[in-house]
Amino acid sequence: MQSRNNTVSELLMKLFRRQIFIPIAALLLLALFNLIADPSFFKITLGTNSAGDPVLSGYLITILDYGSELAILAIGMTLVTAASGGQDISVGAAIAISGSVVLRVLCGSNSRPETLQAPIIVAFLVSCLVAMAFGAFNGTLVAYFKIQPMVATLILFTAGRSIAAWINNNELPIISEPSFGYFGGFIPGIPIPTPVFIAVACMIITALTLRFTNLGLYCQAVGINDKSSRLNGLNPAFIKFLTYVILGLCVAVAGLIKVSRLSSINYSVIAKDIEMDAILAVALGGNALSGGKFNMTASILGAYVIQFLTTTLYKFNVQSDALSAYKAVVVIALVVLSAPIVREKLTALKNSLKKQPAAKEVA
Amino acid sequence: MKIQKVLALAASAMLCMSAVACDGGKKDDDGLIKVGIINNDPNESGYRTANDNDMKKTFTKENGYDAQFSYSLKNDEQINAAQKYVQDEVDYLLLSAADTAGWDSVLQDAKKAGVKVILFDRTIDADASLYEASIVSDMDKEGQTAVDWLKGQNLSEYNIIHLQGVMGSAAQKGRSGALDQAVKDLGWNLITQQTAEWNAEKATQIVQSVIDSGKKFNVIYAENDDMAKGAVAALDKANISHGVGKDVIIMGFDCNKWALEELLKKNWNYDGQCNPFQASYIDSIIKDLEAGKTLSEKVVVMDEKGFDASTITQADVDKYGI
Repeated sequence: MQSRNNTVSELLMKLFRRQIFIPIAALLLLALFNLIADPSFFKITLGTNSAGDPVLSGYLITILDYGSELAILAIGMTLVTAASGGQDISVGAAIAISGSVVLRVLCGSNSRPETLQAPIIVAFLVSCLVAMAFGAFNGTLVAYFKIQPMVATLILFTAGRSIAAWINNNELPIISEPSFGYFGGFIPGIPIPTPVFIAVACMIITALTLRFTNLGLYCQAVGINDKSSRLNGLNPAFIKFLTYVILGLCVAVAGLIKVSRLSSINYSVIAKDIEMDAILAVALGGNALSGGKFNMTASILGAYVIQFLTTTLYKFNVQSDALSAYKAVVVIALVVLSAPIVREKLTALKNSLKKQPAAKEVA
Repeated sequence: MKIQKVLALAASAMLCMSAVACDGGKKDDDGLIKVGIINNDPNESGYRTANDNDMKKTFTKENGYDAQFSYSLKNDEQINAAQKYVQDEVDYLLLSAADTAGWDSVLQDAKKAGVKVILFDRTIDADASLYEASIVSDMDKEGQTAVDWLKGQNLSEYNIIHLQGVMGSAAQKGRSGALDQAVKDLGWNLITQQTAEWNAEKATQIVQSVIDSGKKFNVIYAENDDMAKGAVAALDKANISHGVGKDVIIMGFDCNKWALEELLKKNWNYDGQCNPFQASYIDSIIKDLEAGKTLSEKVVVMDEKGFDASTITQADVDKYGI
């Protein structure tokens, strides 16, 4: 009996110490809250949309659907954070730019085209190139000019949305071609939202890359100590640079989903404040924002926790301008919990709790 | 040290950019009227883009103006721009203020320097003697026109989703105020009242959340076209019919061209105008002042319409669409 108790508590302790514990605990907490408050939260129904195609709907589907862009961004942001020990705050503006590029290529010079001027795949590839170029710009400033990431990306953060508007001559293009809406909506006949598939594809590619290349290891090495990694034959500057380019690719994918959702764009509000959510996802995953070791799965889960929280707050009719205040509460709780001094205290507390029953038994 | 250098670099980079943004400050003495125009960022919305284009079209050399433009969504940057224009000795300062407060001292400077100030689109909290005229939209009236229209639909019950703009903005206050009053007086139901911050995607999520909860509604009152569009996206996904003679009434504001086209297709029901074309009003006021006339009234409220999907024509779309 005693030994079984021990193994259970050891298992719990192991889980507790694992980094992924934080986002999982947060997810469970939110799920539990919703289960108690209103079990219908978990209901999923199969209906049809106005085009007559089958679609799944329900809060859980909404979370998976709208969490997609954030999950994709969290992948890139985790790498950037790990390697450069800072964050890219320009991703929202960069999404505006890459979304604008997609529309520009599809529309040509006419902002209200009857037919698409180029295949969607071409538009997407061009936007990938542009977004990666802007990523490379940020990466160059950070890796080669050694500017602090937040300051370096502040430039694009400030100028990005104006650049996005300039790309389309300040016009607001609208695409009437229905197939463009598939990326942010549903492919006819498939009831699961397409962004979910895109997000899953990104996750699989990331998992394979981390498994079969040394990218993950190199990022961590550079993040922990770039001098010693250089002595071991790595090129820290190039690896930092590379992570920003990869984030640029993530931005292009997220940008495609965003513009596809409405088949249009609004430069000043598209993906507004998403950079803060992406950083929060990384933090929620228990990753140190100062760089070094990272856990990709935990970051992605963190992104869905944020969307879960947002959807829950909408469900309970919380004023949406107060959403950021609730998120702030979560951040404060996390930051305090992950602070070394609090962790030490907690471990000490646990140890003393463990000792007490042991002492009793001896007596 | 390093951080300071970095910051200095970033700051100078931004300065360069803003310098590029507002160049063209050439002086000339060929009888042109010098105007300094301070506006909000034209990327802010379709409304602002139309407004800025209208200004640029009117205040040209051909029309006898030497115009300089500067843009910002931040009040302090706008005030800096105003100071610069006063130093440049422009004849007229045209101002669409980002915020209502903080303008007294710079406008006093302008008055001392003999610069005449004309407000457009937005008014400010300053003594009326500090400006010559103010050309504004009456947001309360816009809201009232829309709510009167909604009242005229004589629905058996009103279950409304109210999507608000950025809280505290003049447009939000005016458009929300009229609806709030009607809800109180007429016993309409507000199913949900949330700010989507002019953002289509947030609007989709809010409406999606109402649909997921299974609550019934028959009116969507969105305070701009983008949010109405976002709401419609959620309805389409859930196969809820909307438009003339359908289950849900869609109301928007601003009269974007694409929105009026939705009205023409009877997918939406109502769109309230927010007139961005102030330049012609300002032009005639300046002409009057130059001719030495006194203005009959200081505050000019522009004509604004509300369009009903059952009566709108293609001609309206072409004329009023922005």
